[in-house]
Amino acid sequence: MQNRFFSGETKMGMWKLGFLGLLCAHFLFAIGAVELGRSQPTERISGSAGDVLEDDPVGRLKVFVYELPSKYNKKILQKDPRCLNHMFAAEIFMHRFLLSSPVRTLNPEEADWFYTPVYTTCDLTPNGLPLPFKSPRMMRSAIQLISSNWPYWNRTEGADHFFVVPHDFGACFHYQEEKAIERGILQLLQRATLVQTFGQRNHVCLKEGSITIPPYAPPQKMQSHLIPDKTPRSIFVYFRGLFYDVGNDPEGGYYARGARAAVWENFKDNPLFDISTEHPTTYYEDMQRAVFCLCPLGWAPWSPRLVEAVIFGCIPVIIADDIVLPFADAIPWEDIGVFVDEEDVPKLDTILTSIPPEVILRKQRLLANPSMKQAMLFPQPAQPGDAFHQVLNGLARKLPHGSAVFLKPGEKILNWTAGPVGDLKPW
Amino acid sequence: MTSLPKSTDDNFDNPSLTKGTSPSQQVDGGLFKRVKVQKMKLSALQQSYLTRRANSFRGSAQLDSSGDSAVKSPAAIFWLAIHGVCCLISLVLGFRFSRLVFFFLFSANLYTAPFRAGGGADVASPLDVSVPANRTAASRVVVGRHGIRIRPWPHPDPVEVMKAHRIMERVQREQRALFGVKNPRTVIAVTPTYVRTFQMLHLTGVMHALMLVPYDLVWIVVEAGGVTNETASIIAKSGLRTIHVGFSQRMPNSWEARHKLESRMRLHALRIVSKEKLDGVVVFADDSNMHSMEFFDEAQNVKWVGAVSVGILLHSEESSGMEEDGVSVPVQGPACNATDKLVGWHTFNSLRYTGRSAVYVDDRAPVLPRKLEWSGFVLNSRLVWKDVDGKPEWVRDLDALDGVDEDIESPLSLFKTSSVVEPLGNCGRQVLLWWLRVEARTDSKFPSRWIIDPPLDITIPSKRTPWPDAPPELPSNEKVLIGTQDQTNKPSTRTKTPRSRRNRSKRKHDTKVIGVQVSTNSEQN
Repeated sequence: MQNRFFSGETKMGMWKLGFLGLLCAHFLFAIGAVELGRSQPTERISGSAGDVLEDDPVGRLKVFVYELPSKYNKKILQKDPRCLNHMFAAEIFMHRFLLSSPVRTLNPEEADWFYTPVYTTCDLTPNGLPLPFKSPRMMRSAIQLISSNWPYWNRTEGADHFFVVPHDFGACFHYQEEKAIERGILQLLQRATLVQTFGQRNHVCLKEGSITIPPYAPPQKMQSHLIPDKTPRSIFVYFRGLFYDVGNDPEGGYYARGARAAVWENFKDNPLFDISTEHPTTYYEDMQRAVFCLCPLGWAPWSPRLVEAVIFGCIPVIIADDIVLPFADAIPWEDIGVFVDEEDVPKLDTILTSIPPEVILRKQRLLANPSMKQAMLFPQPAQPGDAFHQVLNGLARKLPHGSAVFLKPGEKILNWTAGPVGDLKPW
Repeated sequence: MTSLPKSTDDNFDNPSLTKGTSPSQQVDGGLFKRVKVQKMKLSALQQSYLTRRANSFRGSAQLDSSGDSAVKSPAAIFWLAIHGVCCLISLVLGFRFSRLVFFFLFSANLYTAPFRAGGGADVASPLDVSVPANRTAASRVVVGRHGIRIRPWPHPDPVEVMKAHRIMERVQREQRALFGVKNPRTVIAVTPTYVRTFQMLHLTGVMHALMLVPYDLVWIVVEAGGVTNETASIIAKSGLRTIHVGFSQRMPNSWEARHKLESRMRLHALRIVSKEKLDGVVVFADDSNMHSMEFFDEAQNVKWVGAVSVGILLHSEESSGMEEDGVSVPVQGPACNATDKLVGWHTFNSLRYTGRSAVYVDDRAPVLPRKLEWSGFVLNSRLVWKDVDGKPEWVRDLDALDGVDEDIESPLSLFKTSSVVEPLGNCGRQVLLWWLRVEARTDSKFPSRWIIDPPLDITIPSKRTPWPDAPPELPSNEKVLIGTQDQTNKPSTRTKTPRSRRNRSKRKHDTKVIGVQVSTNSEQN
């Protein structure tokens, strides 16, 4: 209709203008479409190492997996398949992941990192609790094997090797903290990189350069308990677990350094705090209906509750002094969780209610980020961005190896006879 | 046997003692032989059971390892001997008491300055030597026994509780904005009503449901017999935006006629919607129905006309011998096939009740609904607007029905075809509201606005009540407007002047309340 009013030249001009306008509109809408495509606005997660959760480790490092006799791994698992389900199962799944991962190389000469598949936490009591008494000997025996059969240990004394030690206090190999501190990290692992769940600043059992991982939590089980997102969050603070460990510490004060007992004593009659020792079947569903989930320390500072809270979008309230949380350089935990000192536990309600609502909503947005949830899980088969990949990313960030890694010929740093006498017995 | 108290001040948080010198630690170790680390996520019961089992297992394991490593030096033998003695003593004295004993014994032996408040700093220094060498510096976290910190008044603080509720409200609002309905439309609720005994009951129910609706709301109340103060006072309490109109005809006494009049009243309301050009979703909230909150959420999903399933509640009859196995609640609503397309309607089958249903409003027989109740339908308000583009062509003009006295049984008569109705609530599988008709006798009298004024005339004496002696009265400033029995010995009573009776003596009676403003005591009830 407008053609009547315009001559030919202005018609061309009109077309050009229209085309430009379309182009601009396309870009505008494209950007908008990306935002609208997601169902919930989430925020990107960038920790102190940068925006690294979605990095792909393939191509950035090469890992060589030692072939150990099956008495170090397969036979142990065959003897007790329960090891696949407890919270230390990360060591087994890491092995399986590495065997079929593209970062694996069969040529040790080109490998940046060396992995030793030894399942040190798979020695379970009849009740399912792991005993660490044989672990040092097992580890030592494995290291003796790899140092005698391959030259790669000796040339660096393990500085380019990594081990997965998901036990309570990592490579200190004891469940009781005082004993663990006494033992310290196994001498032979002093130069290796440790991948462990335990993390506490200025603690003997956390070595510089260790990678902290989340404890294993079964992904399928958690996915099967998801409830619709629009279920309103009507519980303010949620916690299920022990406050007093009556078996080992009947009076309290020892277990959890008294923090859990303090939570109970101060807030047991507070309607905002849904805390108890029960084991409801709706545990996962309840977490999704809560705004805050308490993650206090127990006998060790870490707990699978953190993983569960992140998966279910409940803001974790971490009560463990000086704790180092998983992938601390990739995930800005300060922005995501709430940290409460153990001495401030009696003021917990004041602390939580004084957080401004915008901050709370921001934390929930960060938690809703799928890459955050993915980074806490060990799914089978592995998926991009999951905890396995974050471990590899962490290892890749430590590359290239510094000059101190490779020993000069004849130099020896490790003392093979150090440590308690019982450790020296062969396994 | 003394037990160590949970302390607010950290009596036992003295680093020197808890980190422990080797002697006391070892002694403690001996006594703590049974202390083992357990894993989290076990229940207490399970745990204690497990501990007992694990203890035996681990105890032997530990002794093995320690036994293996022990070189038989004099020191080791000495400590073994001490260990044995301590075990014997602890057996005799019991766990807790023996710990105390050793605590004081060794503290007296080893420390020149015994344990004193304020002496903690002095005590700490000679013991630094025995700190394990490989503990890194500057760790403020101390292993060992800590006090359990309890604040002076460990109870909820109302201010904090309110703040927490505000936070939860804000979070839920955000959730609704993210996952709930985007761009929620105003809900226009249409309620026909009239003044009768049960009006307060029914209308309050609807009012509370509407007050909980999280969307904007307009409540159109059409009252048969004209606008009255009764109804106005009830709906004023809602705080909602209300449009209260009167309808000139009075509500008749038979259900048949009543249904007809209600339909006309609803059409009258729709005319108001059309005239005022109210934009939103029209729901028909009859005053004796019960609505679920999901009903209002589902109503937001309607495009033009929607239908939901309505549960019909009929009060059951006394007659036995119902032929069906178990009485299933009839449900009216859309019927869908497997592909979630509307194929028909579940209506109410009144054949079973022929001859046994209520005719008059106060009959004791079950009240039957029509084939399809108005309340099961949800309309987009633009359907009734005049002169607006975009209206679908299958809707009839509201004015065309004006003046025609036909029985508009259900909103389907507003449309030329009933296939355009959208089934809501998971295609009719969810019952989102319930229909119930219950009314009192037509001649029942109730105090206007449920306020007793003037005072009741007659009080009925009763015998001594069976409840025991009244507890001491608490002064109460409440003005209670109820009538109770008088229990005095007087055979007959007349109107008593209202007196404020505060502290009555402990006679076994109740205060009588005949009239209005009497402050009574709480013991009365």
